[in-house]
Amino acid sequence: MKVGVVTFPGSNCDYDSYTAVKHILKEEVEFLWHKSTDLVGSDLVILPGGFAYGDYLRAGAIARFSPIMEEVIKFAHSGGMVIGICNGFQVLTECGLLPGALMRNHHLRFSCKFVYLRVEDNRGRFTNACRKHEVLKIPIAHGEGNYFYHDDEVRELEENGQVVFRYVDRMGKVTDEANPNGSLNNIAGIVNRDGNVLGMMPHPERAVESIIGSVDGLKVFESVKAVCVQVAGTGSN
Amino acid sequence: MSDNKKVVVYVRLKDGVLDPQGVTIHKALIQMGYTDFVSVRSGRFFELEIEGSGGDIDRKVDEVCSKLLANPVIEKYVVEKA
Repeated sequence: MKVGVVTFPGSNCDYDSYTAVKHILKEEVEFLWHKSTDLVGSDLVILPGGFAYGDYLRAGAIARFSPIMEEVIKFAHSGGMVIGICNGFQVLTECGLLPGALMRNHHLRFSCKFVYLRVEDNRGRFTNACRKHEVLKIPIAHGEGNYFYHDDEVRELEENGQVVFRYVDRMGKVTDEANPNGSLNNIAGIVNRDGNVLGMMPHPERAVESIIGSVDGLKVFESVKAVCVQVAGTGSN
Repeated sequence: MSDNKKVVVYVRLKDGVLDPQGVTIHKALIQMGYTDFVSVRSGRFFELEIEGSGGDIDRKVDEVCSKLLANPVIEKYVVEKA
């Protein structure tokens, strides 16, 4: 598997993602500069966390017009796997690869802590290494993670099984107290209709070693790896 | 005097979309004793200066608003001639 990690001016989790893939997952990984138009044959593109273009105007609003994003959009439309983490999720909603919008946290504060996520669907490309309704411990670090979409459209997302992660308490229960930012329906992560683009506010790349508090984030990357192995297997037959 | 066209764009959240900033400012007003203020909605504005005065300027301004200045999922905008 080959992974490309995009670096925008202001990205600050690009090295975390790079390290998680290279040293923990032990797969090939390369940085993709925002001005480049070459995805270097990546099987997975990660849009990392941070403050791309200083979050000017709205988080992700300027980043979506980077030269690299044109290629990422084409890649996603042709079925390529893309993960947007935190700021990367904001970029994905701004460019229309994912529905909805991420608004200011309802309490207006930047929130940086471990949260619990429930895996709502484990059949997808990004969650096949998890059990259904498994509870993952993964950190968040954001000021604008309040997922919003109009009522009818959220219902459609739910019905299509596009909500893959939800904020829950330690026992896996959806509660208001477990919702760190006011997100509709406690939504923490969604996929597009085709299931090849994932956006999530929590940081799986920061939960890949027990020394940093959790290894649960690794399951997202292992899921993608399993898909790549399977595709490679089919290709050689 | 330049012939450049100037417009002001006001971007605000759509009705029904929660505005945590507005709510917090409103709470502050109440705390300050301005209890007759019923609600606050926040927004922002942009002053744009565009070269020339060609007929397609309005269309371009509209494009710029919907593609970049506002996020149509949650925001609406109004263009005013400056």
